[in-house]
Amino acid sequence: MTRWAQRSVLVALVVSATTASAQIPQSELRSGYADLGRDTKAMQDDDTTNPGMLWALDGEALWKTKAGNAERSCADCHGDAKQTMKGVSARYPAFEGTLGRPINLDQRINLCRAQQQQARPFSYESKELLALSTYIGLQSRGEKLNPPSDPRMQPSLNAGKELFSRRVGQLNLSCAQCHDDNWGKKLAGNTVPQGHPNGYPLYRLEWQSLGSLQRRLRNCMIGMRAEPYEYGSTEYVDLEVYLTSRGRGLPVETPAVRP
Amino acid sequence: MARALINVPAQAKRGEIITIKTLISHTMETGFRHTSVGATIPRDIITTFTCTYNGEEIFRADLFPAMAANPFITFTTIATGSGTLVFNWTGDNGFTATESSTITVE
Repeated sequence: MTRWAQRSVLVALVVSATTASAQIPQSELRSGYADLGRDTKAMQDDDTTNPGMLWALDGEALWKTKAGNAERSCADCHGDAKQTMKGVSARYPAFEGTLGRPINLDQRINLCRAQQQQARPFSYESKELLALSTYIGLQSRGEKLNPPSDPRMQPSLNAGKELFSRRVGQLNLSCAQCHDDNWGKKLAGNTVPQGHPNGYPLYRLEWQSLGSLQRRLRNCMIGMRAEPYEYGSTEYVDLEVYLTSRGRGLPVETPAVRP
Repeated sequence: MARALINVPAQAKRGEIITIKTLISHTMETGFRHTSVGATIPRDIITTFTCTYNGEEIFRADLFPAMAANPFITFTTIATGSGTLVFNWTGDNGFTATESSTITVE
């Protein structure tokens, strides 16, 4: 074997070793909050400086607003969100029997709108949908991510895990290469986070706005120069299912603040 | 309607320096951006913020297109007496918002 051939075998071994990424052990889980600067932490910690609370206020008003042909508000069925919605966002995405697949919180809200309120569903990333999901998410703040152990969600979980480690885009990168293998290291001056879903919907300073987890996933895919999926697509929900199971036990921070 | 969050201490000692924090929802559209077909997105910003303490103006700020969305303004003042602080934001397209907060000074 020539020296060149030996070297390429070695390179191949190294590459295969690094692509077989391992999931982060429970003891090493850390929220993106841990990597924030002092100012951004202070912004998130105080409800009068956290801009995400502006959406939560809108959501609180929407919760009580009657809508649709049914002339019903969320509160008419669910009562006081502070009690009835506690812990709810921590266990989403959840399996929806009538659709036969898992749905995320945004889709749950829109199902409620279509079926119970007989109203037009909100579009993804609309101010109304973000406001309601922020308000509902806020009720679970501090609760630990607790995805349902529903066997019917297993295919979605497997698909999400597969998507997470599948290389995509012109840069030929997978989610796992950054967020499993290289978290804690620097990428262009920023710390690579573990990529957990516990703060969403969150206020991103770069967006100068609040956005959903799917917007963040879309952002990452554009960064990898891959074609993003449609909002609400099965792929994104599968990824959400996997991310929630991957971050199991982290406290909900909705609405978090991130740079 | 614009949402605002105000943080004023409920109680203070006379002569004490108190910190006031204000946050308001606003897009702060700069007027320098264009749509995908090249049309200018018109400027839509908050231009002035004022705070009065028992009717007397204690803080005023002019805002410009470089300010971030949902502007957060914090400042300090001396607690001179019990009463009301009134916060007022005005801006493009007839934007106005008013909030108030009470303080007890001993």
